[in-house]
Amino acid sequence: MRLEPRPTPSLVMMVLAPVLAIGLALLSCSLLILWTGAPVWVAYTALLQGALGSPFALTETLTRAVPLILTGLGVAVCFRAKLWNIGAEGQFYGGALAASLLGTGGFSLPWPWLVLVLLIAGWMAGGLLLWIPAWLKTQLQVDEVVTTLLLNFVILLVISYLLEGPLRDPLALGWPQGRAIVDAGLLPRLIPRSRLHAGLILAILAALAVWILERFTIWGLERRAVGANPEAARFLGIPVQRVILYTSLLGGGLAGLAGVCELLGLKGYLTLDLSPGFGYTGIVVAMLAQLQPLGVVAAAIFIAGIYVGADTMGRTLGVPTYLADVIVAAALLWMLVCMGLARYRLRWN
Amino acid sequence: MPEFLSLIGAASFWIATLRIGTPLILGTLGEVLCERAGVLNLGIEGIMTLGAMAGWMVVYQGSGLWWGVAFAAILGAGVGLVHSLLTVRLGVSQHVTGIGITLLTTNTAYFVYRMALPQVTSPPKIIPFYPWPIPGLSGLPLVGEILFNQPPLTYLSLALVPLVAYALYQTPLGLALRMVGENPYAAASQGIPVYAVRTGAVMVGSALMAVAGAFLTLSAFDAFFFNIVNGRGWICIALVVFAGWDPWRALGGALLFAGFDALQLRLQQIWGSQVPYQFFLMLPYLLSIAALIIISRHAKAPRALLIPFRPRERV
Repeated sequence: MRLEPRPTPSLVMMVLAPVLAIGLALLSCSLLILWTGAPVWVAYTALLQGALGSPFALTETLTRAVPLILTGLGVAVCFRAKLWNIGAEGQFYGGALAASLLGTGGFSLPWPWLVLVLLIAGWMAGGLLLWIPAWLKTQLQVDEVVTTLLLNFVILLVISYLLEGPLRDPLALGWPQGRAIVDAGLLPRLIPRSRLHAGLILAILAALAVWILERFTIWGLERRAVGANPEAARFLGIPVQRVILYTSLLGGGLAGLAGVCELLGLKGYLTLDLSPGFGYTGIVVAMLAQLQPLGVVAAAIFIAGIYVGADTMGRTLGVPTYLADVIVAAALLWMLVCMGLARYRLRWN
Repeated sequence: MPEFLSLIGAASFWIATLRIGTPLILGTLGEVLCERAGVLNLGIEGIMTLGAMAGWMVVYQGSGLWWGVAFAAILGAGVGLVHSLLTVRLGVSQHVTGIGITLLTTNTAYFVYRMALPQVTSPPKIIPFYPWPIPGLSGLPLVGEILFNQPPLTYLSLALVPLVAYALYQTPLGLALRMVGENPYAAASQGIPVYAVRTGAVMVGSALMAVAGAFLTLSAFDAFFFNIVNGRGWICIALVVFAGWDPWRALGGALLFAGFDALQLRLQQIWGSQVPYQFFLMLPYLLSIAALIIISRHAKAPRALLIPFRPRERV
């Protein structure tokens, strides 16, 4: 068995890659399910049921997709410019923190305006959190992978301190949590008796905006050029460093927005478990979508379905819900295999 | 100030430094091997978690401690093989592959742990490695207590530093490894099998990372718990840059870093009432970022780091 480079990347493989990746991920994870002793078919049926089987399940899946769309977009725009943003998790919390600081009563505005202010504040906080590593990268050649990763830990500890100290809700017993966001700052529910909130519309609008930016504007073109070949981009007179810096504000801002939406639409108060790894899952979403903004929406809904479905599966079959994370991670690796195989052909001789 | 000096002078401080430093030394050496061959291994965080869980699980099921270490190492090498199949053979993004490996191994470790022990509230314990006093030397005042009365994996990590340095700089294999990391095309023209050398380097490096994880559950602590690795892998990535991709400087960097961490733990006891503990916990991460800021401008990474070897596509 050997690999042979294809003259041109296979288009069929590129198109099929996400579907194939998810299929292979489910297949390889069925080994883990077999090991637990649960019947694989029943387990995956339960997963599908839990994700799409009822109107309520469907709204739950869409609700879970909101932060994933936004973090996925945040990662995708950065990866497009080869700015390796692994800090979407931290930017998510940065956005949520900013919204929590301004939205818990210290600042008074009527309904839609307060939401707007909180969204902008979250955007700026997330953007700033990525702007710092991007600035260090462009000015001092500090590798952004490590700095964004480490900042995730720092921001969580900052929030942990704030929630146990100055921001702690005195009325909350037990776990440290922030004060509730005032009513004027909440995102409305889209469907009564479900948890689906207006964040979904915001997320889809954001995806459309990024798509337009990427497809039809000079900024999008510049970003793609910087990602494809920074040397050539510099030669063409594109201000590479400036492109990276504004990309960081855009990408970090989108991830920050995810935190705000989750806070204003779903939880209502800041906690340390606001995100079960949305930032890291955003990387998977972005890769499955091949960094295409509109593809991010589809990939995010799919991944959200796996998580929501796995909750149901876990409850009915007693399989630990970490299985969802394993499936999602396996999908990422299989996606990479498929993308690699778009460039290479397997020869069996 | 005298309080501070007595703190630094105490044997317990230096023993703690070595204990905190051991996984960092092992992990950083492993990452040095990978990156010297041209492959960034961001799977380190997850490989450490998997090594910690697997090593502990083997011992918990009744095997000896060394079987736990060996099993972790083999598993780590296996994960390294997967990593290199993607990054070395297929040449896909090393960043994304590494993150994918970390997500997969971390969550697989948690999944297996939860599945094997569904209803535990406090993590079950094993009997970890005891210190092995070295006869004759452990009796020396202070030095004996610090250097020659450590658990075996700490000796192993210290012994690996000269070993890796020797292998890297003095052997033909080490030369081949450095060549494929600097200029794989030149290496290939000398008849060096680039794919094989890179794959081997990533597998050995990943095995070391897994042992670093196993040290946490089999020596530093006696149980596995969630988030046990807690960013140590990422700190190792920073330490590799700080160490300029050199094993000896990796030892220095890891010990310096561990020393700060040990100091931080002690200062926490002194100033804990005035300064919230989160700020102490933040120090290792901020310190790593600071180290990167200081060193990065002068850092000389292996020239072919992150660049896949694609022999037949060159024009």
